[in-house]
Amino acid sequence: MSSSFSAIGEEREIDQNEFTPGIEPQATWCPGCGDFGVLKALKGAMAELGKNPDEVLLVTGIGCSGKLSSYFNSYGFHSIHGRSLPVARAAKLANPDLEVIAAGGDGDGYGIGGNHFMHTARENHDMVYIVFNNEIFGLTKGQTSPTSPKGHKSKTQPHGSAKDPVRPLSMSLSAGASYIARTAAVNPNQAKEIIKEAVEHDGFAHIDFLTQCPTWNKDARQYVPYTDIQQDDEFDFDVEDRRQAGEAMYEAESRLYEGEVLTGRFFKSDRPSYGQEKRATGEMPETPLAERYFDDSYEWERSYDLMERHR
Amino acid sequence: MTDNELVWRIAGGSGDGIDSTSQNFAKALMRSGLSVFTHRHYPSRIRGGHTYVEVRAAADEVKSRGDGYNFLLALGDSFARNPQQEAYYGNEEVKPLSENLDELREGGIIVYDEGLLDASEIEDFEERAEENDWHVYPLDLRGMAREHGREVMRNTAGVGATAALLGMDTGPFEQLMEERMGGDILEQNVEILEMAYEQVAEMDHSHDLRIPEGEHDETQVLVSGSTSIAYGALDEGCRFIAGYPMTPWTDVFTIMSQNLPDVGGISEQVEDEIAAAALALGASHAGAKAMSGSSGGGFALMSEPLGLAEITETPVVLVESMRAGPSTGMPTKPEQGDLEHVLYTSQGDSNRVVFAPGDVREAYEQTRTAFQIAYDYQIPSIVVYDQKLSGELRNVPESFFDREPNPSLGATLTEEEIAEAAHHASGKFNRYTYDPENGVSPRSLPGQRDGRFLASGNEHNPQGHISEDPENRVFQMDRRMRKLESIRAELDDAEESNQTLHDPSGDAEYGILTWGSHQGTVEEAVDRLNEGGHSVKSMGVSDLMPYPKDEVTAFLESVDECLVVEMNATAQFRGLTQKELGRFGEKLSSLLKYNGNPFEPAEIVEGFEASINGGDLPGETTKYVPAAGD
Ligand SMILES: Cc1ncc(C[n+]2csc(CCOP(=O)(O)OP(=O)(O)O)c2C)c(N)n1
Ligand code: SF4
Repeated sequence: MSSSFSAIGEEREIDQNEFTPGIEPQATWCPGCGDFGVLKALKGAMAELGKNPDEVLLVTGIGCSGKLSSYFNSYGFHSIHGRSLPVARAAKLANPDLEVIAAGGDGDGYGIGGNHFMHTARENHDMVYIVFNNEIFGLTKGQTSPTSPKGHKSKTQPHGSAKDPVRPLSMSLSAGASYIARTAAVNPNQAKEIIKEAVEHDGFAHIDFLTQCPTWNKDARQYVPYTDIQQDDEFDFDVEDRRQAGEAMYEAESRLYEGEVLTGRFFKSDRPSYGQEKRATGEMPETPLAERYFDDSYEWERSYDLMERHR
Repeated sequence: MTDNELVWRIAGGSGDGIDSTSQNFAKALMRSGLSVFTHRHYPSRIRGGHTYVEVRAAADEVKSRGDGYNFLLALGDSFARNPQQEAYYGNEEVKPLSENLDELREGGIIVYDEGLLDASEIEDFEERAEENDWHVYPLDLRGMAREHGREVMRNTAGVGATAALLGMDTGPFEQLMEERMGGDILEQNVEILEMAYEQVAEMDHSHDLRIPEGEHDETQVLVSGSTSIAYGALDEGCRFIAGYPMTPWTDVFTIMSQNLPDVGGISEQVEDEIAAAALALGASHAGAKAMSGSSGGGFALMSEPLGLAEITETPVVLVESMRAGPSTGMPTKPEQGDLEHVLYTSQGDSNRVVFAPGDVREAYEQTRTAFQIAYDYQIPSIVVYDQKLSGELRNVPESFFDREPNPSLGATLTEEEIAEAAHHASGKFNRYTYDPENGVSPRSLPGQRDGRFLASGNEHNPQGHISEDPENRVFQMDRRMRKLESIRAELDDAEESNQTLHDPSGDAEYGILTWGSHQGTVEEAVDRLNEGGHSVKSMGVSDLMPYPKDEVTAFLESVDECLVVEMNATAQFRGLTQKELGRFGEKLSSLLKYNGNPFEPAEIVEGFEASINGGDLPGETTKYVPAAGD
């Protein structure tokens, strides 16, 4: 525990209401929106893990999903469309003691921020990334998103989308994420447990969180009762085996559009996190960078010390 | 043009060792007591092509590349001579000789590698040499190199020959070699150097060019603008950089990346420039001094995170190293065409600080200032410079860099201060309060007790919650904009102005206004104009936003007419000046250049004369745009 960031690592009972921002603001999500489920699961998970709201940084993108940081009472950064991950991962590098969570929609994460998603997974930053997958652009009023099914009609794709949807779990696996799960807002207990597991995991934990958008996407399958692959004998596979996990993901991604929702933890590996790797190469300090600015005894190096090579 | 100066040009193909040889040469001259200045010209390709570096040296301070040169060392084009690819780049092996003759001064020296280059292939070569009184020394540099080492070491033979022709000692060169290499390579190079020296020293010399004598009273260091920017950042406590390579910004990025791990900092090469700038914001938000940067095209991608930094009031320093645009333009050629891009890019009303250092010293100082302002005022600071300043080397007394490190995070509270600060009834910290007089509402950092707030890219209320309340909007906007006034006042009150006035004749009648890397070139032109009987002074403006209205107004009021010198086609800085001051349209004319090569002092002298006498410009490389009243 550090003296300048004393909220970090404090051990006491945390009530999940501490994560509710008191008298304001009121969530502006539509009634029945799946986003409420994420918020609830997140609060429950963090309280059960005993996380102090002051040690958590929640970085969100833009969209209905991006508003999560407004309704969750921790440190927050409501960034820009698609860019939550680069903001979040640098915060984690600067102060690895923070509990960093990034969140955004499917358009945000798999579309405009796709490049960042790929590289954050590849680097395996130690953080949780929650993607609200409602198969639609919510905030901009119902356009086709990267996860919308083929043939999906919207105002901007009136003839029906000619594109196959992205496969977020498979993408994440091939990019290098070390923890990959899918859960659903209709399944609050599993969602909470998965978030807890993801937070405790050391590495990039990607949660594809199925959220319903009753306003723009009534057809989506997220309302359908789910199957928990961990509890179903039919899906007996080794979550640490990439090939088996990949097959299970492929099946889950295909069946989603056929009306069957498979959720649970699909992959988990003990691949070292980026911070560990970077420390091992000597490219990152052992102690948090952020603390140095408060440490009066720290000896600051000067460029003057580098001058020899220019003489 | 100083009579007693050496401007040594080494020419060859990219990959010929031109760069390292010239750096060593410049260092040796600096160590011998001279002031040096280098100018680097290279094409956007890795091997082959025509490239040269000039090293200008004199006893007195040299502030620019000067005009033309008086010593040519022409090596071959190694790529064209690659045995497997003999004719790869056509007949380019003759270029290091032929392409460089136009700017060689009368009475100058030519040394060329006769093992690779053939003067007889150049039409009228002998005639031209005679006409210009050039002293030509064809030497088999390749052969000399082969005798004791390998052909590629012909640059060492060239340096040995240069030393012999100029009456220099080989000692400093040998010492530099010892510092840079070892083993067989060192031995071979020393032998080549000495052999070439002896062979050439024994020859009959027809020229009278000699190395000038000079003496520094302090230890000097040779640094580029990029080095100065990087060291400014390091000294100021910057310990996080994120970037993506793009010429010429790569220089700063590289220097930072090579040094940061050694000082406990973090450098990240990431997937693109949007990410790079966003990472810098994330690191700063979590409590580190952070920077990012790019060149035109990459900076375009940063306009999103730049706006985010403005509205979330996240301190960050971005550097923008300009090259010729639009789009990918000319990657290795300087231009000052991104001025409006850095001033106004991104959505909404601009609320940022922009500095344009005029030389390597200012690059160091203003980078430090950029960090101080960014963290004290929670605003993005941009340091804009160009390919010219980025790569040019100059000597500076070593003591210049000996500054105290500054670990302060500016307007950032400690936990004790947060405990005392105003909180909202919801328990959230009032991060963005309306009232502060200078506009700055101090921040807390994630992990600090009871400092929770939301940094939002949407307009927000004091706790950071999204708000479209009209009254709040106006309060927040006004407060953020108020910072610029406070920053202007602080800069105006500072002991030393960032604007550099040069007025050798006391109270000059005419003015030249410039910005960024041409400051030294303009000053040299001003000196020559004054020596030639004119009465001229100059001002190099570094504060671009907030604009130094008082200083520039005083300067313009004191002169009859003023020429604005800048390297772009649309007179962006003149436009900015007129917009900011709302007057002087009739006093300002422009001298512009945008062909990819920096101004030479003589071009400014001619441009100035044309501007006051109404004459034509002799060459076609510069363009004159008269005042609005003309
Ligand atoms: C650069 C940029 N482009 C477009 C937008 C407009 N925009 C806001 S939210 C959004 C879509 C969000 O969809 P998704 O990420 O799926 O989140 P949801 O609203 O469904 O939760 C778009 C396109 C923007 N804010 N910024
Ligand atoms: S539009 Fe859809 S995603 Fe957005 S709040 Fe409403 S239901 Fe939720």
